[in-house]
Amino acid sequence: MSEQLIQQLVNGLLIGFLYSLIAIGLTMIWGVMNIINFAHGDFLMLSMFISFWLYTLYGLDPIFSIPICTGLLFLLGLLIYKYLVSKVMTGPALAQLVVTFGVSIFIANAAVLLWTPDFKMIEKPLLTGTWSFGTIQLSIPKAVASAGSVLVSLALFLFLRKSKTGKAILATEMNRNSALLMGVNTDRVNALSFAIGSALVGIAGAFLSMYYYIYPGVGGTFGLISFCIVALGGFGSIEGAFIAGILIGIVQTLGGYFFDPAYKYAIVFALYLVTVWIRPQGLLGW
Amino acid sequence: MLEIKNASIGYKGGVLAVQGISFTVKKGEVVSLIGSNGAGKSTVLRAISGLLRPRTGEILLNGEPLHTVPPYDIVRRGVAMVPEGRQLFGRLSVIDNLLMGAYAIDSKQRTQETLETVLALFPRLAERKGQRAETLSGGEQQQLAIGRGLMSQPSLLMLDEPSLGIMPKLVSEIFQTIHEVSKKGVTVLLVEQNVFEALHISDRAYVLQTGRIVLEGRGEELLKSDLVRQAYLGM
Repeated sequence: MSEQLIQQLVNGLLIGFLYSLIAIGLTMIWGVMNIINFAHGDFLMLSMFISFWLYTLYGLDPIFSIPICTGLLFLLGLLIYKYLVSKVMTGPALAQLVVTFGVSIFIANAAVLLWTPDFKMIEKPLLTGTWSFGTIQLSIPKAVASAGSVLVSLALFLFLRKSKTGKAILATEMNRNSALLMGVNTDRVNALSFAIGSALVGIAGAFLSMYYYIYPGVGGTFGLISFCIVALGGFGSIEGAFIAGILIGIVQTLGGYFFDPAYKYAIVFALYLVTVWIRPQGLLGW
Repeated sequence: MLEIKNASIGYKGGVLAVQGISFTVKKGEVVSLIGSNGAGKSTVLRAISGLLRPRTGEILLNGEPLHTVPPYDIVRRGVAMVPEGRQLFGRLSVIDNLLMGAYAIDSKQRTQETLETVLALFPRLAERKGQRAETLSGGEQQQLAIGRGLMSQPSLLMLDEPSLGIMPKLVSEIFQTIHEVSKKGVTVLLVEQNVFEALHISDRAYVLQTGRIVLEGRGEELLKSDLVRQAYLGM
């Protein structure tokens, strides 16, 4: 295997772990309440801007903005669930779809209005440079973001599998009425899941702001890819989303390497279409 | 203990499944609601457990209204339900299903003690405690569903068709278990299509037909009644 190929694989893994973290939040919300949060990508963008403004206005490095981004996005998820999503929970599926779609369009356009559509970057983050392993180059901010994403994903797995609240979330996902009978306030579980899902994408946004362009449209690209990952992993499957995120990251970079970087998203979505054709339930779904 | 007063219950946007029924369950009793498919038996249990609300009438537990309590707090009043078709958490382990049954109990020590009692009652669950619930056989799943119901240490245990979909030779085992549970002081409200077995372990029973109670009496009396013998036992 050529060294360049290994380099591409490493790059794919690095972005893949971050994709996993973004998609886990989305699939968790879907799993618990059967709602697709179309604003998921816009939440990512908001978190990136929070990080950007904290840096620009207060000189706070993105690495220290992580807890603030997480907390604010958790709160945002909680409020959007409580005042919008919960109102349409018992309504038709289309009503739920339109609500999160509306939130998405509102956030994206408000961001353009407030911050212009221009690309921004955090100029001098604390973490810069690369580690070299022979001929393999490892970007430090990307490596830290990826390692952080894996740790957060693992923490979520542990929380869901081991804690009483986590098990109640899983139980609600599997059988809502039974969870009610056991004494679980399922509406509160919805709110918590929406908030955790949002907080996860908030963490991802803070990581991403360390090395990626920050602009109002950034949520669109990442949002679309995360829908694709959720479907590929199997709707509602957190393990599936984790694996699919890594897979998409690798396919995207290898596709760009073998064909042309301009086609990388086309290749990702081709993979998705093939999956729907051969295995519509995704890797670990249904 | 439990009093249903003139309750009419129906599903959202549908006709009434149960019309103006009244019945009581006294402390320590085993009471059965029997009747054919569609008579409204399960609807009554769903209303008591809060998944449905009566449109008119009242449900009282120890004299206090139960039909205004949020569904997730019903179990905290001491009422547990073993739903029809088991409704387990399929991808959770046997142990985690049982622990979910004790979700409403805050004391870890009490949960642990109840867990030991339940596992002693169902040794097969103890053997399979790490397995996912969905990998159990039908009979084992029913044991798990009953065990999960007992984990909240209920004073009233409601069971919806516990014999449905169980191998015939395991059915009497399930009824034996219910009998044992009641002997430990748990009041039981049972909904069954298996009229013969249900009446055998019941102190009293009510016969439901198209949403109304048409007959009530002691278990053995009903086994001898013409209506029950002809309509449900095929004699």
